[in-house]
Amino acid sequence: MSSDQNYLSMDLLRFTTAGSVDDGKSTLIGRLLYDSKAIFDDQLEAIERATEQRGEEHLNLSLLTDGLRAEREQGITIDVAYRYFATPRRKFIIADTPGHIQYTRNMVTGASTANLAIVLVDARKGIVEQTCRHSFIAALLRIQHLIVAVNKMDLVDWSEDRFNEVVRHYKDFASRLEIPDIRFIPLSALHGDNVVDPSARMPWYRGGSLLYTLETVYIGSDVNHVDARFPVQTVIRPNNDEHHDYRGFAGRIAGGVFKPGDEVTALPSGQTSRIKSITGPSGEVAEAFAPMSVAMTLEDEIDVSRGDMLVKANNAPHGSQDIEAMVCWFSEKRLQPGGKYLIRHTTREAKCVIKTVRYKVDINTLHRVPGEAEIGMNDIGRIHLRAAQTLLCDSYQRNRATGSFILVDEFSNATLGAGMIVATGLPDLPAGGYLEMGGL
Amino acid sequence: MSSYHLTHLAQLEHEAIFIMREVAAQFERPALLFSGGKDSIVMVRLAQKAFSPAKIPFPLVHVDTGHNFPETIAFRDRMVKETGARLIVRYVADSIEAGRAQEEKGPNPSRNSLQTVTLLDTIEEFKFDACLGGARRDEEKARAKERFFSHRDEFGQWDPKNQRPELWNLFNGRKHPGEHFRVFPLSNWTEMDVWQYIAREGLGIPTIYFSHRRRTVNRAGVLLAETPFITLGESEDYVERVVRFRTVGDATCTGAVESTASTLAEIIQEVASARVTERGARADDKRSETAMEDRKKAGYF
Repeated sequence: MSSDQNYLSMDLLRFTTAGSVDDGKSTLIGRLLYDSKAIFDDQLEAIERATEQRGEEHLNLSLLTDGLRAEREQGITIDVAYRYFATPRRKFIIADTPGHIQYTRNMVTGASTANLAIVLVDARKGIVEQTCRHSFIAALLRIQHLIVAVNKMDLVDWSEDRFNEVVRHYKDFASRLEIPDIRFIPLSALHGDNVVDPSARMPWYRGGSLLYTLETVYIGSDVNHVDARFPVQTVIRPNNDEHHDYRGFAGRIAGGVFKPGDEVTALPSGQTSRIKSITGPSGEVAEAFAPMSVAMTLEDEIDVSRGDMLVKANNAPHGSQDIEAMVCWFSEKRLQPGGKYLIRHTTREAKCVIKTVRYKVDINTLHRVPGEAEIGMNDIGRIHLRAAQTLLCDSYQRNRATGSFILVDEFSNATLGAGMIVATGLPDLPAGGYLEMGGL
Repeated sequence: MSSYHLTHLAQLEHEAIFIMREVAAQFERPALLFSGGKDSIVMVRLAQKAFSPAKIPFPLVHVDTGHNFPETIAFRDRMVKETGARLIVRYVADSIEAGRAQEEKGPNPSRNSLQTVTLLDTIEEFKFDACLGGARRDEEKARAKERFFSHRDEFGQWDPKNQRPELWNLFNGRKHPGEHFRVFPLSNWTEMDVWQYIAREGLGIPTIYFSHRRRTVNRAGVLLAETPFITLGESEDYVERVVRFRTVGDATCTGAVESTASTLAEIIQEVASARVTERGARADDKRSETAMEDRKKAGYF
């Protein structure tokens, strides 16, 4: 394992894994953890015991990742499971999500914070509907890096031709997606080829193993460090003798860079001031960037509270009550025009109403289905909604934090859907200065 | 030009602070569940940082089974004094006496699951609407699917099918009267991360985490410490061993590991090369494959 020095300077990669039950995804994750020695003896013992009890022959590594009782009994994964491991180079968080269409919500959830997605393909079957669906979701959620893991190469005789064929089919399909970095790795999760170590059986493949790729992919550019965005979470007021007048605006930087001395504008009020100090967990800092959690003090006593945002004057998010967004719907109660919900966007919550459903996306063909009045559970569609308050937005393409929202049921309190902002303002008017229309 | 890069430990720290501030903002009467173990010690430090220079805006709550190691209690009291935090202690023994919980019978009785009764009663007593806990997702199977904001119904129950999806940084803490949330800021931390953070911050921890001599009995592979709460069986005997505790739970169900690690650096080295999970020595998890899941459904941490 790494030396102390290494451990304290590692970075973090969050990735999601998608693939159906039969594609061997759980086996792949189990293999990844097993071969990088992140599985402990007692866990291994427990799997061996469980494998025996189920009367299976090969060590069933998928048992490592299936947690809940119902899942173990049915042999499938129902929810997002988070697994953790680290190599000397990097710490990893795996959001393992099920592949079934009913569980689109879980894939969207797992993908929302991921830097990278692994899409698993069975080498025998090649690109199937599910491959397209998972890739589409990864693209929709703006995951920047995608690895197509062509698994079960042992069952196609380790054939280079077959691998290239699969790659070709995927590339044809993927030209419609907007994922900047897509890589292809042939592997066998069952036998371990190209998972951690290179495969001796596929000498024609010159790329890195899966783990090597995960360890080395550059994710430094994935966060928006250009547009300054600081949504205020809470105001810290000690109100004691030592800090009588202290008012710290606490929150998580959502984009750009802030420095003491910077002039900032509070939205939506428009009042301005200068940053007096910025304090992080280890004390005052000279600059703050996403995803740091800090507390800022200002030179002037201006009115700022939770839900407001500190930005820089020359680069503001678009303030609007009208929003165009792609949504993924989680609820059995369908989303309809006229439907009233609560929208949570950064640290603000407001009532909203759905004005129009523009179209639904047929998740199997990935074609738009216009004229659909409603969006059902596990559907993805495009809507226009109107919020009761002005929301300070960027397009999701520009900034995941200020371009995303959830819709909540005011009565049941359930989270009904997730949204990604395409544009703001009424569709017939020109979009605001800093927004781009998304590909969808 | 700076690289705008945060190490993984820094990212976890900033994330945990974000979660704590969300709790303070979204709930009216939060509390921090404190056991004196390393995870809750880290939680207190993070809470201090999250609200500095103000005081931590919620009390520390300890559900005391009465089966704690005395070192843990001493440490708890010292820490409370140092941080100036408000401490609320409620005793499982009181719940038993009030007839709200029943002492386990049988050869290996534990008060572990009885904590649930006392915890739920305490939540009811103070009307806490959110309880921060130091649980991590890497600890145990049933926690791998836990949310940061974990909804509990009016009976304190956890239903895996009703947990809300958590996307991006958006946490939905809305609830009906009588319901509450358990919130876990350390969800993405591993055991190793916790130790590294303790080392980085120079945090004090109870002495039982370090190597010491202690009389222990080997019960089904678990080394239990000699305490007044354990009765030896006929063929059982205490043997003095050089041990330390990797996890701190009740003395009746927390196993020690044989170890000479007497400094933080040595502990970290040991954790790094450990072949058994942290909770592997917990007899309460071994009771069945779904021990944790079942306890959570009933309202446990």
